[in-house]
Amino acid sequence: MARGVKTPWLSTLLVAALIGGAGYAALFLAPAERTMGLIQRIFYFHVPSAWAGFVAFGITFVACIAYLVKRAPKWDWLAVSAAEMGVVFFTVVLVTGPIWAKPVWGIWWTWDARLTSTFVLWVLYLSYLVLRTLVGDAERRAVVSAVFGVFAFLDVPLVYLSIWFWRTQHPQPVIGGGGMDRHMWPPFLLCWAALLGVMVLLLRQRYRLEALRHEVQEISLTADFAASQGGFSPVPRGGSRVPSLKGAAR
Amino acid sequence: MKNLESLMAAYLLVWAVFFVYHLALGRRIARLQTELDLLKERLKHIQDSVPGL
Repeated sequence: MARGVKTPWLSTLLVAALIGGAGYAALFLAPAERTMGLIQRIFYFHVPSAWAGFVAFGITFVACIAYLVKRAPKWDWLAVSAAEMGVVFFTVVLVTGPIWAKPVWGIWWTWDARLTSTFVLWVLYLSYLVLRTLVGDAERRAVVSAVFGVFAFLDVPLVYLSIWFWRTQHPQPVIGGGGMDRHMWPPFLLCWAALLGVMVLLLRQRYRLEALRHEVQEISLTADFAASQGGFSPVPRGGSRVPSLKGAAR
Repeated sequence: MKNLESLMAAYLLVWAVFFVYHLALGRRIARLQTELDLLKERLKHIQDSVPGL
């Protein structure tokens, strides 16, 4: 664990217990699906990952709007942190989906509406993260990425509703679609709770990274100003070596 | 136990993604923390060297 990050032991233990319980419930307690058999159990992590990813993108959406209204940096930090969470969770969705599809459909991937809109969603938020590296000025970066973050969220309802809008090979959604056996709900909800717990822990850590980055920028500016006032050379960035002060002081 | 390998691969990959991301985050935070410590040290040195700054 990195320095500067206090480990929330109680919540970490709780999430670890949830993960253990979710894994056990998904593998051993959930009833076997009649036609797909064992491979259907991927569903217990595939769908909750997508739901957790939607929650993360929802947080980004709200934080982007909050930033555009209030212009407080903390909303920008939350937006980027949650966007990265969403990308991580949708990476899991895009990895587990084809592993399920191959034995069930006989193909790894097909460009149908649900799969394509999900892939586009992942690419959109990846672009959001790349966009942030291209704008140097912090305030401009926050505004540009907040506008992009609001725009990117438009794909979230499209992903969910794609099953109704177009003919698709993907199974019907759990809510409002084909539904599922009532005995499958408890393991499913436990898996979702576990993944939400993982998301909260990682989001907290990622937010801390963003706050730390801001602190480094602030102190760097103060140090540069102090160095120029005192006749020192500008403070180098990078953190790999201690700046030399030899001969710099008056 | 048809498709057991695929199921295990999927479960392993799920946790591998989260674990690798958690490690990467930890490294990024540690690097920034080191940089912050150096900057603070440098700033303190400058402030100590120049009275009235």
